[in-house]
Amino acid sequence: MKIKHLRSKWLGLIPLSLILFLSGCGEMTVLNPKGPVAESQYELIKYSLWFMLGIIVVVFSLFAYMIIKYREGRPGRKESDYDPNLHGNTTIEIIWTIIPLIIVAMLSFPTVTTLFDLEKAPEPEDGQEAKEPLVVHATTADWKWFFSYPEQGIETVNYLHIPTDRPIEFRLTSADAMTALWIPALGGQKYNMAGMQTKLFLQADEEGVYDGRNSNFNGEGFAAQTFKVHAESEKQFEAWAEQIQNEAPALTAEKYDELLKPGLTDKDSFSSTHLEYINHASKEGMGYVVENYRDLFKEKLHLDDIEQQETFQ
Amino acid sequence: MHITDILVTGEPIIYAAMVSIALVSIAILFLLTYFKKWGWLWREWLTTVDHKKIGIMYILSALAMLFRGGMDAMMMRVQLAFPDLGFLDSQHYNEIFTTHGTIMIIFMAMPFLIGLMNIIVPLQIGARDFAFPYVNALSFWSFFFGAMLFNVSFIIGGSPDAGWTSYTPLSGAAMSEGPGQNFYLMGLQLSGIGTLATGINLMVTILKMRAPGMKLFHMPIFTWSTLVTCFIIVFAFPILTVALALLTIDRIFGAQFFTLTGEGLPMMWANLFWMWGHPEVYIVILPAFGIFSEIIATFAKKRLFGYNAMVWSMIIIALLSFLVWVHHFFTMGAGAFVNSVFSVSTMLIAVPTGVKIFNWLATLYKSKIEFSVAMMWALAFIPSFILGGVTGVMLGMAAADYQFHNSYFLVAHFHYVLIAGTVFACFAGLVYWYPKMFGHKMNERIGKWAFWLFFFGFHVCFFPQYFLGLDGMPRRLFITNIVEWLPLNIISTVGAFGMGLGFAVFVFNIYYSFRNSEREETGDSWNGNGRTLEWATTTPIPYYNFATVPYVDEIDPYVRMKEEGKTTYDESKLEPIHMPSYTGAPFIMMAFLALGSFGLIFEWMIVAIAGLIGGVIMMILRSFDYDEGYHVEVDEIKRIERKARGL
Repeated sequence: MKIKHLRSKWLGLIPLSLILFLSGCGEMTVLNPKGPVAESQYELIKYSLWFMLGIIVVVFSLFAYMIIKYREGRPGRKESDYDPNLHGNTTIEIIWTIIPLIIVAMLSFPTVTTLFDLEKAPEPEDGQEAKEPLVVHATTADWKWFFSYPEQGIETVNYLHIPTDRPIEFRLTSADAMTALWIPALGGQKYNMAGMQTKLFLQADEEGVYDGRNSNFNGEGFAAQTFKVHAESEKQFEAWAEQIQNEAPALTAEKYDELLKPGLTDKDSFSSTHLEYINHASKEGMGYVVENYRDLFKEKLHLDDIEQQETFQ
Repeated sequence: MHITDILVTGEPIIYAAMVSIALVSIAILFLLTYFKKWGWLWREWLTTVDHKKIGIMYILSALAMLFRGGMDAMMMRVQLAFPDLGFLDSQHYNEIFTTHGTIMIIFMAMPFLIGLMNIIVPLQIGARDFAFPYVNALSFWSFFFGAMLFNVSFIIGGSPDAGWTSYTPLSGAAMSEGPGQNFYLMGLQLSGIGTLATGINLMVTILKMRAPGMKLFHMPIFTWSTLVTCFIIVFAFPILTVALALLTIDRIFGAQFFTLTGEGLPMMWANLFWMWGHPEVYIVILPAFGIFSEIIATFAKKRLFGYNAMVWSMIIIALLSFLVWVHHFFTMGAGAFVNSVFSVSTMLIAVPTGVKIFNWLATLYKSKIEFSVAMMWALAFIPSFILGGVTGVMLGMAAADYQFHNSYFLVAHFHYVLIAGTVFACFAGLVYWYPKMFGHKMNERIGKWAFWLFFFGFHVCFFPQYFLGLDGMPRRLFITNIVEWLPLNIISTVGAFGMGLGFAVFVFNIYYSFRNSEREETGDSWNGNGRTLEWATTTPIPYYNFATVPYVDEIDPYVRMKEEGKTTYDESKLEPIHMPSYTGAPFIMMAFLALGSFGLIFEWMIVAIAGLIGGVIMMILRSFDYDEGYHVEVDEIKRIERKARGL
C-alpha cells in the first residue's frame, strides 16, 4: 500500500513538471525561429506535437485505467472483472490499425510539402519583392569554417555576416571529414561532404547574433567548430562587405593552405576567395587536404579547455 | 618496439583501470587454482554445448558489458555536468562515447537477448537443444572473444574514437591512424559472424524442431519474436560483414573503397552501415516485445490479446525495417522526393507498433494484474516506450528532422526506445526466467528497489535531453559551452547516477538471492501461472530438457495441461535420448581467430596469419570429427525424472 500511495503522489508531479518544462520552451532556440525556414520547421514540429500529445494522453489514460481497475488486490473487484479467455476482437483491432494510419497520412502531407519548399529559396512575405538569394559557399576543414562570398569577392573564417530579409543560398562542401552546417535559430542543417556540394537555403528576418556550428562529429576539435552569425540590415551588410574588401588582405593559395592544417584557428577575413584556385566540391579537390597533411592528422590536440579560443565566444 | 607503442599511457583514469583489471585477473586465477576449479571450468563451461549453459554465459557477459558501458556513460555525464572540472579531454571523451555506443548495442543488448533466446526458445518449442549445438558454442565464443578484443582496446593500443557509426572518411586510415579503429572493425567482425550463425541456428531450430503438432501459429510469442528476429539477422548481418571487411581492406591494405584520396565513396559507408544498422534496431527490440508479451500474459493471468495481430505486426515491422535506412541521413541532400519516400515509410512503422501497444493494453483489460518485479518492468515499458515512439515519428518527418538531426533530441529518442524497450526487457526477462536458470527466484523486495531507482533515474536522465536538443545542443559534444544548457545537463547527470545505483542494486540482488532465496521445488515458478512449455519442465531443468516430448496443438498448451491434471512426463513412453558431446573445439577455434584478429589490428601479419591458420586447422579437424554424441539410457532418465518430480 505504501508504495502505491507514493506513486500517486509522484503521478501528481508529472503535469507540474511538464508545465515547468513547457514554460521554458519559449526560449528554446528551435521553438523560437528567427527566419522563414526555421519558422516552417517550427510550424511542422508544433503541428506534430499536437498529434503526439493526443497519442500520449490516450495511451496513458488507458494504461492508468487498466492497471488501477484490474489490479489483483483491488477492493470491490467483481466476478465480471476477470475473463481469462477474452483474447481478440476484430472490430476494435481494425479501429486501432486505421486510426494510426490516418495520423500518419495527416503527418505525411505537410512533411512532404515542407520538404519540397525547403529545396527552394523561401518565398517573400506578402507585399514584398522576391530577392535573388545571396550565395555563400560554406566549406569546412578540421576544425574551422570558411565562408566565401563570390558576389562580394570576400572570404571569412569562423564567422558569418548575412543581410536580413534576403534568402541565403549556402553551398556546402568539406575539405576533409563530413560535417554539417547548423544554425538552429535560422533553420535545420545539411551535410558538408568532400567531393560534392549540397545546397541549403536559410534566411534571417530579425537582426541579431546567432549561434552556428558543425553538428556532425568529425574528431577532436569538433566542439570548437562553431561560429557566430551576424544578421544585419542590407545596408550594414554592404558596408561590412565593402570594408572587408578594402581593408583585409587577399587570400593567397599559401595562406589558404596554411589555414587548412588540422587544428583550430581564430576568426579571419580576406578580400578574395579560395574558390579561384581550389574547388573542394569536385572530385579533383577531394583528397587534397588529406594528402598534404597526412602526418598532421595523426597528432592529437589534447583539448581540455577550448574556452580560451576566441572563436568560441 | 617499445612498450609505450602498445600500452596506452598518460591517463590517470586508464592507469587505475589497468591496475584494477590486473588485480581482478590475478584474483580470478588465484581463486580458480586455490579451489581447484580449473577442471570444473573446462569440463562444465568452456566445453559446453548445452544451450542453457551457453545462455547463462551470454547473460553474464552481457551484464559485465552493461557495467562497462554504464561506467562510460557516467563518465560522460560527469564531464557534461562539470565542464570546468577538466575530467576528460576531447580525445578521451570521443573514445568513451564511441565505446559506450558500440558496447551497449553489439556487446550488451544483443547478447543479453540472444542469451535469453538460447535458454528459453528450445524449452518453449519442446526441443532438446539447438539444431546445431556445436555451432551454438562457436557463436558464443566468437561473441565473447570479439567483445574481449574490443574491450582491451582502452588499455592496449587505444580505443576507437569515430563514433559507433564510424563514418568514413573520418574513420579511414588517413584521418584515424593506428589500431583504435581496427579494434572496432575486428571486434565487430568477429562477434558479427557469431551472431549470423546464431540467426541461422535458431531459425532452423524453430522451423525444424518444434514439438509434434505445434504449428507456427501455435508457437509462444517470444519464440515468434525470435524467429522474426532471426530473419532480420540473416538478411542484415551480411551487409555489416561486407562493410567492415571493405573498410578493413581500406585501412590495412590500402584499398580505396571509402577514402577521399583515391576517388572512393565515403558516403557509401553511411548507406551500408545503416542498411544493417536500421534493421539492427529491430533485432534488439522485437525480442523485447516478445518478452513483454509473455510476462504481461502471465501476470495478468490471461491469454495474450490479438495473438495473430501481434505476430503479423512483427512480420510487417521486420519488412519495413529494411526500407527506411535513409532516415539516418535525411540531411545528406538526397533531395525532396527521396526524403519523402523514406519519411513516409519510417512513419508507417508506427502503425504496427501502435497495434502492439493497444494489444498489450487490451490484454490487461479484464485481467488480474499481479505486480511482481518482472511485471513492473513490463508495465513501465508501455508509457516510457510511448514517449520514445512518438518522438521517433517526429524524427521521421524529414523536414523537421533537419532541426532534430545530430542533436540531443535524437539522443533522448533512441535512449527512450532502447532503454525502455530493450534494457527493461532484459531485466524483466532475467527476473522472469531466473528460477528456470538457477533454481531460485530473485528477491522481490530488493528487485523493486532496483526497479524504482532505475525507472526514475532513466526518466530524469533522458527527458531533459529532448529540451537540450530543441535548444540546439548537438550530440557528441565534450563540453557544454553554452550556459543555458548547464542546468538540464546537471539534472540529466543526476538521473544517470540513479540508473547506475539501480543497476548496482540489481546486481547485488543476484548475490543476495543466491545466498538467501528459497530453492524452487516446482517448475511452474510464478504461482502456477505459467502458460508455455518452459514452465512444464522440472527445476532445475535436466540437461536433456524433456524426458518425453509433449504433443501440442494450441496456444499456451501448459494451461490446458494443468486444467486436465497432466504433465509432459509419460514414463511409459521413455526412449533413449540422443545428446551431443561436449567439446573444446569451438573455444580453441575462436581463440585462434581472436589471436589472428589481434595481429591484424596491429598489422603484425605473422601473428594474423598464424591465428588464421590455427582457425582453419580447427575447421579441418572438425570436418573429420565423427563423434556423433551419445545416448542417455532409459534407466538414467527415469532416475533423474523421479528424483526431480518426487515420485
